Amino acid sequence: MTAVERAAGSRFPGHGLKVRGVVVERGERRVLDGVHLEVRGGQLLQVAGPNGAGKTTLLRVLCGLTRPLAGRVTWDGRPLTGPEAAAHLAYLGHVDPLKDGLSPRENLRAHCALQGVRVDRAAVARALGDLGLQDHEAVAVRHLSQGQRRRVALAGLVLLGRPLWILDEPFASLDAGAIDTLRGVLEGHLAAGGMVVLTTHQPVPVRGDCRSLELGAA
Amino acid sequence: MKTLAAAFLSLLTRDLTLALRRRQDALVVLGFFVVVVSLFPLGVGPDPQLLRSMAPGVLWVSALLATLLSLERLFSEDGRDGTLEQLLLSPWPLPLLVLAKVLAHWLVTGLPLALVSPLLGLQLGLEPGEMGVLLMALLLGTPVLSLVGGIGAALTLGLRSGGVLIALLILPLYVPALVLGAGAVDAALYATSPGAHLSLLGALLLLTLLLAPWATAAALRIMLD
Amino acid sequence: MAARQTRWLRFSSPPRFYDLAGRLAPGFAVLAGLCFIAGLYTALVQAPPDYRQGESYRILFIHVPAAWISMFLYVLMAGYAAIGLVWRIRTAEVMAKAMAPTGALFTFLALWTGALWGRPTWGAYWVWDARLTSELILLFLYLGFIALHAAIEDRQRAANAGAVLALAGVVNVPVIYFSVTWWNTLHQGVTIRVTSAPSMDAVMVLALALMTLACWMYAIAVVLWRARLELLEREWRSDWVAQRLGGGT
Repeated sequence: MTAVERAAGSRFPGHGLKVRGVVVERGERRVLDGVHLEVRGGQLLQVAGPNGAGKTTLLRVLCGLTRPLAGRVTWDGRPLTGPEAAAHLAYLGHVDPLKDGLSPRENLRAHCALQGVRVDRAAVARALGDLGLQDHEAVAVRHLSQGQRRRVALAGLVLLGRPLWILDEPFASLDAGAIDTLRGVLEGHLAAGGMVVLTTHQPVPVRGDCRSLELGAA
Repeated sequence: MKTLAAAFLSLLTRDLTLALRRRQDALVVLGFFVVVVSLFPLGVGPDPQLLRSMAPGVLWVSALLATLLSLERLFSEDGRDGTLEQLLLSPWPLPLLVLAKVLAHWLVTGLPLALVSPLLGLQLGLEPGEMGVLLMALLLGTPVLSLVGGIGAALTLGLRSGGVLIALLILPLYVPALVLGAGAVDAALYATSPGAHLSLLGALLLLTLLLAPWATAAALRIMLD
Repeated sequence: MAARQTRWLRFSSPPRFYDLAGRLAPGFAVLAGLCFIAGLYTALVQAPPDYRQGESYRILFIHVPAAWISMFLYVLMAGYAAIGLVWRIRTAEVMAKAMAPTGALFTFLALWTGALWGRPTWGAYWVWDARLTSELILLFLYLGFIALHAAIEDRQRAANAGAVLALAGVVNVPVIYFSVTWWNTLHQGVTIRVTSAPSMDAVMVLALALMTLACWMYAIAVVLWRARLELLEREWRSDWVAQRLGGGT
């Protein structure tokens, strides 16, 4: 069973993420000016736009890392904040949240414990194996390539089993093989009824219910 | 509850493992402490009586500076590699996670400083009893330094002038720990009981333990906003 | 209650605050000037020389108000900063930031006059007296607050971070004062009281009151002016600034 199939096995009930009128200011600049969006189970939303259009900021608002000046983010009609938010979403920023000095296995176990998900050694090994990292489980992450690191971070994403994935530039600086893996993982997540919100410059090579939201340069 | 404890322990062991794999970082701090203390006699002269009476202050100020040196690393590395954001996204109360990180910081910097201090006290002419008080005072005081320092480390996260700024922000807040800690050794030096000092230092530790993690957590959320 | 709250909150809107501060600040400045003239006259001419310290005690008429205000302003600053942090009221953040330089100035003034007074009284410009030492640490706290504001480019983030620092400082101030006093008494240092004179002449009390009032009025006027400027800098893109400054070019 691959990561994709297993993700498809655990179906997420139909959830809905809604954003209404989010406003964010940075310094004297209005980065986001009344953004609306809606994502349902099984959908992928691509946030597009030129540099400085506030793509990353929008993702950080969804996660609760940035407090908007105005506007609401709701999950099934309830405000998405605090520890509850943490139970629904998983975030992957520009950099893969990995400790250089630890092996993929150690990284994933620490990551899952921190996020309140219990995983045993076998589950971690399986997740890494599915992504083709079975030979690198115990090597310090420092020695892995960019694509391999992204795979480790993706394994973390899969292990958390959260319905909403928020990914900032997940396709950036990956080779063809790693892009293929990423696509497979994303398609599996969507097939299982999960949601994905991501930013990217390229067109998203994912099959499924994909929409896009264009943020204009202010 | 069980998983909260698991998260706390996992974060603690993660930081300790990392510190163990990069021992040089902790050793540099310890080396700095030893070198600074050893420089004082060269500056003020080898008069044993003078050195003895200066020992509490010298040892405490050096411990303060050594701690300061290590503070920048407390959050900056996690901030760079993105794990700090994951910390903020965790379902657990951030102050408790901060406490785990500060505890790890103390175990690799404050605790070694305290443990090596009797040796340096010996250099400065302290008697065994006084060295016991010194050790006790540093064991109670260095956690305060780590906890309060965490606030400064969080507030200067990602700033270009972070290293210098942190000193200006944090050193004034270190005054109570310095006064009480050095005072305890001083009291022992003049053959009075250091009990009052140590009790107050303990009270200070409890107060800091209650408040500092919240301030640090708030500062982290602000700086990563 | 609710009506009163909203009426107060109205002044927290930036344009209203800007207008109100603009009207009030000159008044406070004039009051400060009048009080200074009256206070200096009372302090320097009318008040009799002290029977023990002679003429040099007169510097206390500026030293004591400066010391009071420096401590009070820090608490006030932390209060405004906390309001700004919790309720995200921009004018409160601006007020907190505007208070810091004035607070630092008064702290410096208290230290400087303390040193000038210490020379004839104690025979040294600097004595590690508990009050002077606390005042020195207070100056460091102010400088830290100002430096943190200067180091963070994003003004919103700077205000929030400054608020956390000010709150950490304000919790520490009593602890610092206590520990420094404790340290001072244990080391058997000088224990001369800065505010001396067990029986102060009525004229002296009047002079002290006038000078304190003058310093307060000055502090309020300057803080309001600085807050206005800070508000303009923060909100220069908004319509109300354009309206008031004409055209907004």
